[in-house]
Amino acid sequence: MNRIVSLFQNFNKTAESPGLLNVYFTAGFPELNDTTRVLRALQEGGADLVEIGMPYSDPVADGETIQQSNDRALENGMSVRILFDQLQNMRETVTVPVLLMGYINPVLQYGIEAFCAKCAEVGVDGLILPDMPMDVYLDEYKSVFDAHGLLNIFLVTPQTSEARIRQIDEVSEGFIYTVSSASVTGSKSGVSGDMEAYFERLDALNLRNPRLIGFGIKDHDTFVKASSHAAGAIIGSAFIRVLQQSTDLENDIKAFVKEVKNSSEAIPA
Amino acid sequence: MESIAEKKSYQVNDRGYYGTFGGAFIPEMLYPNVEELRENYLQVIADPSFQKEFNDLLRHYVGRPTPLYPAHRLSEKYKTNIFLKREDLCHTGAHKVNNTIGQILMAQRLGKKRIVAETGAGQHGVATATVCALMNLECVVYMGELDIERQAPNVARMKMLGAEVRPATCGSRTLKDATNEAMRHWINNPVDTHYIIGSVVGPHPYPDMVARFQSVISQEIRSQLHEHIGKETPDYVIACVGGGSNAAGAFYHFLDEENVKLVAVEAAGLGLTSGHSAATVALGKPGVLHGSRTILMQTEDGQVVEPFSISAGLDYPGIGPQHAWLAASGRGTFVSATDDEAVQAAFELTRLEGIIPALESSHALAVLGRLGASEHETVVLNLSGRGDKDMGTYMKYID
Repeated sequence: MNRIVSLFQNFNKTAESPGLLNVYFTAGFPELNDTTRVLRALQEGGADLVEIGMPYSDPVADGETIQQSNDRALENGMSVRILFDQLQNMRETVTVPVLLMGYINPVLQYGIEAFCAKCAEVGVDGLILPDMPMDVYLDEYKSVFDAHGLLNIFLVTPQTSEARIRQIDEVSEGFIYTVSSASVTGSKSGVSGDMEAYFERLDALNLRNPRLIGFGIKDHDTFVKASSHAAGAIIGSAFIRVLQQSTDLENDIKAFVKEVKNSSEAIPA
Repeated sequence: MESIAEKKSYQVNDRGYYGTFGGAFIPEMLYPNVEELRENYLQVIADPSFQKEFNDLLRHYVGRPTPLYPAHRLSEKYKTNIFLKREDLCHTGAHKVNNTIGQILMAQRLGKKRIVAETGAGQHGVATATVCALMNLECVVYMGELDIERQAPNVARMKMLGAEVRPATCGSRTLKDATNEAMRHWINNPVDTHYIIGSVVGPHPYPDMVARFQSVISQEIRSQLHEHIGKETPDYVIACVGGGSNAAGAFYHFLDEENVKLVAVEAAGLGLTSGHSAATVALGKPGVLHGSRTILMQTEDGQVVEPFSISAGLDYPGIGPQHAWLAASGRGTFVSATDDEAVQAAFELTRLEGIIPALESSHALAVLGRLGASEHETVVLNLSGRGDKDMGTYMKYID
């Protein structure tokens, strides 16, 4: 079974574990060969899923923080090819579900078929490609994704109509990425009353897929609040800022994840 | 005369594609905005009250119809019959205003209160700020930080017109980044804001909508040519192409007449093989840029390459999806002119006809000698803009 699907199926909320935490980071950032280091530290710190960003020159859905990490990664020489090399032996140590997030053009240039085959080979479980239209996915790519056991994760926003949310729910598997507000990543922080009303509206739709809430989640409080309206939440820009400022990657990453999940365990040395 | 509410082949299909190009490759955050536009734009354009207001403004405010001028001395030099479509005489100095008039009326009918736009050299930014002043709508224009430094007069014009000019500080800090920022602004303000894209690029329905607003150019060419030579169709239509809005408008009503050769001229910059070029069709590959499947200049890994041209209006790494289809299908002939060739052509037109063209339009002029047009044939060249904004560049070539 796909790791994402089984993660959600086996997850039960408890007081100690209010939700699943998905953490985004940009591949090849802060340094080219930090990708697997960051990935492993996230798992050790307690991240439940990890979303690896494939850097792109023109990331229109992303705010300044993630853009800067994309620019830096590209300056470091990051590419899809190098990412797959870095992830080649990932599954020897990484057990959490791994998603690749990025924009469609670099994927098209690699070749959809070759890209999906490589994802399956290294053990990637799903993809988030925000600028891939649903109709193109269904008509041209879904059969390729399916053949390689890859899930495609769709986004919904506060402006998405109920009819479209139902359509997205119908074609989704794994989870639905719930964008908390009308914004690019990292531009607003916190969970407002408006957002809560929107989350409740989604809850009332009784969708077949679980939801993770992203955009504006930055710490323990926002994580817990978002998780009370969904299966869990996604942190991106706030984590990139941790990486930007870190002088001790492994420990800073583990400390951040623990703090967000508020685990009382001490950080292992 | 055909209406711009009608549809022909080589035009967009009902799924938003031109052959294999086009579509709407946008994040879900933009989907409702673009969908609202897609659902309404044809109906709004077809509405008689829209048509009347659009045509009245083009006539009384923009100054249309622009002349179709038989350029005798230029014709003599190239031993053919050259007509210049004088878009340089439009209010604000270029064809760009045809589109901003159409889109501001569209925005009003969709109940939008604020306008966002991107600009490179500032011509589209000025045309947008102009119609926002006219219609009393709030206007934010994103412009690359580098372009703000290079195009100070247009920045001043936009500010005087009441627009807020915001620098795009990420990436290469030019047009492509300004476009990214305008899209992000629209994501952050999805309900009350309309995004006025400046060219035939972006997600469907933008390329089709902008082409319809610019199609007045070829509509006028047909009737004016008939007055001059007794028939509506020339042998050649030539236009420069960055994103391609002036070319889209000049080609529009000739697309289905295969005996009319459509020649699009890209900016070769320092030369096609120099590594400093903006000739997208010559150097690019199919991919996705700014919401549509098109041809773009990119690395092997699919990263967008920063283009180069002396002309800021052609300095764009992509091309409208309709042009990509015209190139791929062979309906259009895509050629290029270098910086030097364009400047030389600008001086030639100025000295022969007393018209100082924009650097963009000069690229189209630069290929007149390469057409192979005979003395019995007719060439219409779309003179998309005037050269006032480029005097700083031209002065460097005057001894």
